[in-house]
Amino acid sequence: MAVAIVLLMVAVGSVLFHIYSPWWWTPIATNWRYIDDTINITFWITGAVFFAVIAFMAYCVFRFHHKEGRQAAYNPENKRLEWWLTVGTAIGVGAMLAPGLVVWHQFVTVPADATEIEVMGQQWNWSFRLPGKDGRMGTTDVRYVSSDNPMGLNPDDKHGQDDVVIASDDLHLPVGKPVKVLLRSLDVLHDFYVPEFRAKMDMVPGMVTYFWMTPIRTGTFDVLCAELCGAAHAQMRAKVIVDEESDYRAWLEKQKTFAELSGRSAVKRATYESGGK
Amino acid sequence: MVDVPYDRIADVPPAEVPEVELYHPKSWWTQYVFSQDAKVIAIQYSLTATAIGLVALVLSWLMRLQLGFPGTFSFIDANQYLQFITMHGMIMVIYLLTALFLGGFGNYLIPLMVGARDMVFPYVNMLSYWVYLLAVLVLASTFFVPGGPTGAGWTLYPPQAILSGTPGQDWGIILMLTSLILFIIGFTMGGLNYVVTVLQARTRGMTLMRMPLTVWGIFTATVMALLAFPALFVASVMMLFDRLLGTSFFMPALVEMGQQLKYGGGSPILFQHLFWFFGHPEVYIVALPAFGIVSDLISTHARKNIFGYRMMVWAIVAIGALSFIVWAHHMYVSGMHPTFGFFFATTTLIIAIPTAIKVYNWVLTLWRGDIHLTVPMLFALGFIITFVNGGLTGLFLGNVVVDVPLSDTMFVVAHFHMVMGVAPIMVVLGAIYHWYPKVTGRMMDDWMGKFHFWVTFLGAYLIFFPMHYLGLQGVPRRYHDLGEATFITPSVHALNAFITVVALIVGFAQMVFLFNLVWSYFKGRPSGGNPWRATTLEWQTPETPPGHGNWGKELPVVYRWAYDYSVPGAKEDFIPQNQPPATRAVQGAAT
Repeated sequence: MAVAIVLLMVAVGSVLFHIYSPWWWTPIATNWRYIDDTINITFWITGAVFFAVIAFMAYCVFRFHHKEGRQAAYNPENKRLEWWLTVGTAIGVGAMLAPGLVVWHQFVTVPADATEIEVMGQQWNWSFRLPGKDGRMGTTDVRYVSSDNPMGLNPDDKHGQDDVVIASDDLHLPVGKPVKVLLRSLDVLHDFYVPEFRAKMDMVPGMVTYFWMTPIRTGTFDVLCAELCGAAHAQMRAKVIVDEESDYRAWLEKQKTFAELSGRSAVKRATYESGGK
Repeated sequence: MVDVPYDRIADVPPAEVPEVELYHPKSWWTQYVFSQDAKVIAIQYSLTATAIGLVALVLSWLMRLQLGFPGTFSFIDANQYLQFITMHGMIMVIYLLTALFLGGFGNYLIPLMVGARDMVFPYVNMLSYWVYLLAVLVLASTFFVPGGPTGAGWTLYPPQAILSGTPGQDWGIILMLTSLILFIIGFTMGGLNYVVTVLQARTRGMTLMRMPLTVWGIFTATVMALLAFPALFVASVMMLFDRLLGTSFFMPALVEMGQQLKYGGGSPILFQHLFWFFGHPEVYIVALPAFGIVSDLISTHARKNIFGYRMMVWAIVAIGALSFIVWAHHMYVSGMHPTFGFFFATTTLIIAIPTAIKVYNWVLTLWRGDIHLTVPMLFALGFIITFVNGGLTGLFLGNVVVDVPLSDTMFVVAHFHMVMGVAPIMVVLGAIYHWYPKVTGRMMDDWMGKFHFWVTFLGAYLIFFPMHYLGLQGVPRRYHDLGEATFITPSVHALNAFITVVALIVGFAQMVFLFNLVWSYFKGRPSGGNPWRATTLEWQTPETPPGHGNWGKELPVVYRWAYDYSVPGAKEDFIPQNQPPATRAVQGAAT
């Protein structure tokens, strides 16, 4: 009796915890509320199954626990019941999988008008790159990485010259515009993770990965690394600021292009060398 | 067979299988230390696994202290925290659970349950244990080498696993990979034994479809492990080459802390595929023996045949097969080709169907049973709850797009602890209470057992159920300190502190269990040969604990399936597998 009540309390308590939990997902900031919807469908279906199974079990313990003279029934199998349960389970699984795959199809289909931007990870900080006026980003290679060229842009690629390079500062994005976020790493695995965006993806050295999204509200969001990347994994932070179009333009005006940055450092080095002589 | 009514089972003629030559120990050393008796090897495996498991338990306390009260314990820094989680994970998954279920329970139960005198290759079986012990010692030695154990996370993802930004880059990772290679060599020797013994050494009458589900679970898991571990073996050897010889199997061209390294052309994602090709079946290598054992615990203690035996066997086999084509669901956000997501989400959710069937059949076995709420039964009930919970959250993570926000958060940590940590350990503990009388001839103390169960079950549930919601809120895993972020509210810290307190309590409750193990060995109530009045062969041995060779002069002959509980018209509420049908006449006359 007591055991049956405790088992039932576990089921009831879990449901109550779910309803009253102060721990819940962050207010969404991108177009991916479909993901939240799919999670909600999954919560409903799995929650119902969980409660039904545990409540049934608690009832069995309550009703059939050992008493003097009780004898168990002898029924090895029941084909009909087993098939009904199998079919019912398959339907429940399908009801979660189908919307999941539909949303995944959206997730991997990047809209044609998405602007490409780049996020690069290295132990343990973030860099960002935006295409310049030509709308294209130049090629990169780890061979080109140096203190003057921290993101490893190809100095001979004309598309790269006007790229906006943000080596140790926050990223700004305009609200309402789809972006394809290209992800790159110089050293180990990282993962560009902003909880409010829902979307995330690992960054793998030697290849370029991506995801896409459309920011739907302005604000400042914390960037964390979600793939273990060594000792200072937890301290690898940055911020993404989603702006109104006009604020974004104003911010963009102030950023330096690759040509400006490399030109300026070249000048600096020249001055230093001549001064030294 | 199940579908044949009980009184129509054909009589089986007595044993005609030739006797196997048994190796007889000649000294104390060969009897207790370098023993070739599967039962002694089982105890050796179990004690070694428990010892290294206690290390993992202490590591979990240390990491919980850091998470619950960050900054309070100056002796835990970021590096050590990463080393703790890595060693905790690796020990629990491989060196404790795999070794305990297959090396421990497998060795003890397979020969006894199928009516064999011993494993088919006793000498190889002994070697298996000693190589396993060596693997454990190499693993434990990393705590004492310069730089300490590796802190790469139990998944050991390159490139970071072998680069200098990760603790334990010197000796830790080298010894970890060496230890894994040793473990796989040792396991392969044991695993071949379990498979061949089940296939070749079953006694007369023990058809495959009369085997207890415990044997089915361990057998299928072993076949899977023999197919899955080679992937880890290959991955470990290649990574060892990358680290020691400078090859580039998993290493692309990269820049580390401003330095161009000499690597180039390798693929970090290739390692992930190899790792999870092993790693996902590994989940079921731990789960299937638990499924099998818990079926037998429920049936015995509810005095009722397991519901849908044949479906249960096919579900075990189906899960075993399917688990080889779901591995990349661990890699939805790894950067692999996104189209993979459609395939792996579908296979992953399909595996839920045979798994759900097993759950239905466990609870349907309770229906109209005669449920004895013994300690093993309580643990079996605890298993069902934690497994259902953990299995259902698997449907979140398996459904590719839902996994995107939840991956790498505490939701994942909560999920896999519930489903492959707490649930199998519930079965391990229940199984120990269940078979302890056979191993020692004494019952474990009931009061201590019940105390142990309630603290462990409720405590573990309080630790891991709320943890899902931390992940839902976005709290990442493998963070020694959450630091400042707007979504990390004060309530997150409060919940972390609460979880830590409960974790400490649950940890200390295990000391009661260990005390009970030792105390009962000397002071426990004598159990007799078959205290639970169970049907399976291991309870029908002439001696308890079973002697060398298990069966006295003649092997038992099996006449029926393993689940003849509460057969209508029978005198007792159980009929042992080796009881000849001739007794039917007597029972018939009595009724």
